Amino acid sequence: MIDVQGLKKRFGNNEVLKGISTSIKKGEVIAVIGPSGSGKSTFLRCLNLLETHDEGSILLEGKDINEMELHLRKKIGMVFQHFNLFPHLTVLENVTFAPQQVLKTSRNEAETVALDLLKTVGLSDKANSYPSNLSGGQKQRVAIARALAMKPEVMLFDEPTSALDPEMVKEVLQVMKNLVKLGMTMVIVTHEMGFAKEVADRVLFMDDGKLVEDQEPAIFFENPSTDRAKAFLEKVL
Amino acid sequence: MNLDFAQLVPSIPYILYGIWVTLQFVAVSLVLGFLWGTVLSLFKIGKITILRWFADAYTSVFRGTPLILQMLLIYYAVPQLTGVDIGAFSAGVLTFALNSAAYISEIIRAGINAVDKGQKEAAMALGVPYRTMMLKIILPQAFKNILPALMNEFITLTKESAIVSVIGALDIMRRAQIVGASNYRFFEPLLLAGLVYYLLVMMLTLAGRVMERRLAKSD
Repeated sequence: MIDVQGLKKRFGNNEVLKGISTSIKKGEVIAVIGPSGSGKSTFLRCLNLLETHDEGSILLEGKDINEMELHLRKKIGMVFQHFNLFPHLTVLENVTFAPQQVLKTSRNEAETVALDLLKTVGLSDKANSYPSNLSGGQKQRVAIARALAMKPEVMLFDEPTSALDPEMVKEVLQVMKNLVKLGMTMVIVTHEMGFAKEVADRVLFMDDGKLVEDQEPAIFFENPSTDRAKAFLEKVL
Repeated sequence: MNLDFAQLVPSIPYILYGIWVTLQFVAVSLVLGFLWGTVLSLFKIGKITILRWFADAYTSVFRGTPLILQMLLIYYAVPQLTGVDIGAFSAGVLTFALNSAAYISEIIRAGINAVDKGQKEAAMALGVPYRTMMLKIILPQAFKNILPALMNEFITLTKESAIVSVIGALDIMRRAQIVGASNYRFFEPLLLAGLVYYLLVMMLTLAGRVMERRLAKSD
């Protein structure tokens, strides 16, 4: 579904991605892990053009993503570390905004879909609240519902639980697990090793802008093949 | 010390009619200045170099020269060049709109920059086009942040509008001076004019507070 070839990205003189190649199949769940500054988030952001890459190519269903900006973003949903809900809109308006403005869905239909999504993330009762009245975990669940309202084919998660209090991590991970069960294609940058091990089909381990390992989680966590991965896992597990 | 307000009484309606003139003047300049200032601020944060350059140069000129000079240029110099006499009221409105747009564009630019960049990214990630993102996501949040600064600018505009009296527009200030001159007593009419301006500014301040409270409902 997504093919990445020789992806390079520089910020000024600092090369943060040094040639990443991988592919993501439909329905696959990919966990991207690695130390901070390894380029995980940049890699993810390149996939929906929040960053433009300098070299290499990204193909979505065979088409170069550089030539399909708005169309691409309709197909790819993204969830951010800091939620980025629209604070001046209610929860319901947050979820219906893009379908109405971008897909030109009628208000009624958008609200029906939104209420349904809010139900699946367990927040039906918060539809008319403003984001400032929600806990971190609730905000992130709304953000997931907001992305899903666009009916994306791929969901990108950029450290979705890193800004949460520990007791709220579980509720967000639970929502993500439900998505996995529904067969959603997902790319998740995360520090939740247990979660990665449990739900991912593949683990991409990145370090210093390179893709160091691309492995099934069982093998990666039990028996990593590189020293870098071993050293990293020793620190975090 | 001999204040004599009795002599002023017949002229009070004449001076008070100036409120209407001043309000019209301020309202029109304010709306035009706000719209033009918003456009300029979008030029400033935009990617088109020539528009950015234009907006910066514009702001620099209008902030860097006296308001009264700008007004006299527009009122006296433009007819001299073009032969079109635009009248005191229009010249005043034009000057104030052009001038306050320069200040307002800076206020709005700062407000837009203060909106968390995650908001833009979230909108982009949802496929929201630039125009919609600006109008429905970024500007409403920026507006809330800058309301106090904007109110300040509007209050300044209301008070500074008194200088249109220089080119003969019959606002509160001009009327007070005319009454003063005809009675040979200036203190009383000017005091009345001062009171009227003060009340107008108080009303604006209150309106600003009400708006701030309404915008705070999402906090």
